[in-house]
Amino acid sequence: MSLVVAENLKKTYQLGDILVTAIRDVNFTIEPASFVSFVGPSGSGKSTLLNMIGCLDPPSMGSLQVAGRDIVRMDRQQAAQFRGEHIGFVFQDFNLIPVLTVFENVEYPLLMVQNWPASARKKRVSELLEAVGMGDQGNKYPRQISGGQKQRVAVARALVTNAKLVLADEPTANLDGETANRIIQLMKKMRDEFNTTFVFSTHDPKIMRNAEIVFTLEDGQLLKRQNEEGGAHA
Amino acid sequence: MLNVIKIATRNLRRYQRRTLLTSTLITLGVVAVLLFISITGSFKQMMVGQITDSMIGHLQVHRKGYLASIDNLPLNRNLNPQQVAKVTQLLGDTAEIESFSMRIKLGAMFSNFTETTNIRLNTVIPEQEVKTVPLLTDRIVQGEKKETLLQKGQILIPELIAKGMKVKVGDGVVLVANNKDGSVNGKTFTVSGVLEGISGPGGRDGVIHLDDAKELLRISGVEVSEIAIRLKNMDDLPGVFSVLKAELESIRDKNDRPVFEVHTWEKLSPFYNIAKMIDLMTLFIKIMLVAIVLVSIMNVMIMAVYERINEIGTIAAIGTLPGKIMALFVVEGFLLGVLGTVVGTVISLISIAAINAAGLTFDFGRQSNLVLAPTIGAGDVITIVLIVIGIAVAASVQPAFKAARMDPIAALRHV
Repeated sequence: MSLVVAENLKKTYQLGDILVTAIRDVNFTIEPASFVSFVGPSGSGKSTLLNMIGCLDPPSMGSLQVAGRDIVRMDRQQAAQFRGEHIGFVFQDFNLIPVLTVFENVEYPLLMVQNWPASARKKRVSELLEAVGMGDQGNKYPRQISGGQKQRVAVARALVTNAKLVLADEPTANLDGETANRIIQLMKKMRDEFNTTFVFSTHDPKIMRNAEIVFTLEDGQLLKRQNEEGGAHA
Repeated sequence: MLNVIKIATRNLRRYQRRTLLTSTLITLGVVAVLLFISITGSFKQMMVGQITDSMIGHLQVHRKGYLASIDNLPLNRNLNPQQVAKVTQLLGDTAEIESFSMRIKLGAMFSNFTETTNIRLNTVIPEQEVKTVPLLTDRIVQGEKKETLLQKGQILIPELIAKGMKVKVGDGVVLVANNKDGSVNGKTFTVSGVLEGISGPGGRDGVIHLDDAKELLRISGVEVSEIAIRLKNMDDLPGVFSVLKAELESIRDKNDRPVFEVHTWEKLSPFYNIAKMIDLMTLFIKIMLVAIVLVSIMNVMIMAVYERINEIGTIAAIGTLPGKIMALFVVEGFLLGVLGTVVGTVISLISIAAINAAGLTFDFGRQSNLVLAPTIGAGDVITIVLIVIGIAVAASVQPAFKAARMDPIAALRHV
């Protein structure tokens, strides 16, 4: 069963008197444990699409199912709950909470969202920090680690709840080439280890090269779907 | 909840200077209010004590209508022997009453054999009076401060008359009074002391023995104008007042009108209005404190939300429920309130102890060297603490609600 199923998805915004269409009748599916990238120029609708998949922004029309749930008619509370249970986020600016240590940042979703017991939390967080190579940095605060390390922590935070889907909006935009490569490899490794689906919105050719499926968007329309083998579909 | 507190605490530590400034403001407000309450409270208590213990007593019983015409000191509104018996029996049966004193109040002509003036007199049974208003002897500024107050044939004269008529302790004087039938009688007295005058009813009256008054007024049997009552504990005043009022009002004359009236010191003394003003000032000071806390906490929390919009977007995106986001900010305001209040309360209590230890004195009217002895009840401290913390929480609710309702996408885009 597909993890994400979008049918005739449409998103419009009212900008003053003008109705702006950000996404036009988009159809796609994303399978579990895949490494998918949405690419396209600025304003093409990549981030909007990612926000809709992430239950942050409801579609204006069409149907969108994530992990078997119709997310179109979820209210604010239900959407937050759904995100907490099924979706992890990795942001361009890392978005770690500055007053929490590395360990506590990764622990946050288990503590404040999923209410895990302390011993299970500790075990799971340590496991994830080890997996992203930050096992010995748990007591540091975000200001004490590098950008690449911050993004590793962000990946661990996204995966700590056993999320089925991780949405990453330009995750390498603020990293140098070498660090970006390491983060991409880390995410791939995490996908293999935890069977998590990674969906990116990016301009970064490194991510495009590594993605198994690349969706190209332009003016809110899905122009083509390109798979790992290089085959393109309209 | 502990985790919410932990994160809120760290956020407060993150903006240390702002937290320090805001909590200092709250601390100063709390200190100002608690010190004001304790000092004015002790001043009020001292003044009330002076008035009740040296003049009025805690309660007074009169014949109905006497108080309305007290300026004329009407002898025809005295309590008759049967009425006195009823009242004294009731007072004797009331456990909370420590003592009571029967008085006849009258107006007379005062002569030093060369000059004459008017005098208002309070006539008492000394043993009863000293028990009921124990500070009366302290008002004797010239002459011996005897435990027996005075004997038959002696008079305590008010300071003003002593000065105006140039009368000294040991001098002989004559009192001439009309009895209720209109006939006139005179009697000589020896001045045994001069009484300090204080404001309020009876504060500038002379004092003679009740038996002398009966002789002067040709009264036979027991007849009194008022009965002053002292309670064992002044906190029992409202309860005893209602019981006495109910009991005395149930005694009716043949026209079914109440025979007696009972009043507390509050109704009898003009100082009660000053006491009320002190209470009113305390209320205004409390309102100012509320305003300080409200504005400072709200300002800080609005800033906190504004500065952390991106962070709010992040925690909302990763699934933190709106209620929990709201709790994070409300707890932050709550902790700021707690911090300021705890420090303020500790400083206030230390200051109160220090003022007591220093033994500061002040003058009030003609009374000098009154020792400033501020005290504060646990009830007042708890009330202020709860008000401040409650307002701190209330002030955080609006910014916290705004944070909880924030659109995660807009928040994440915020730079």
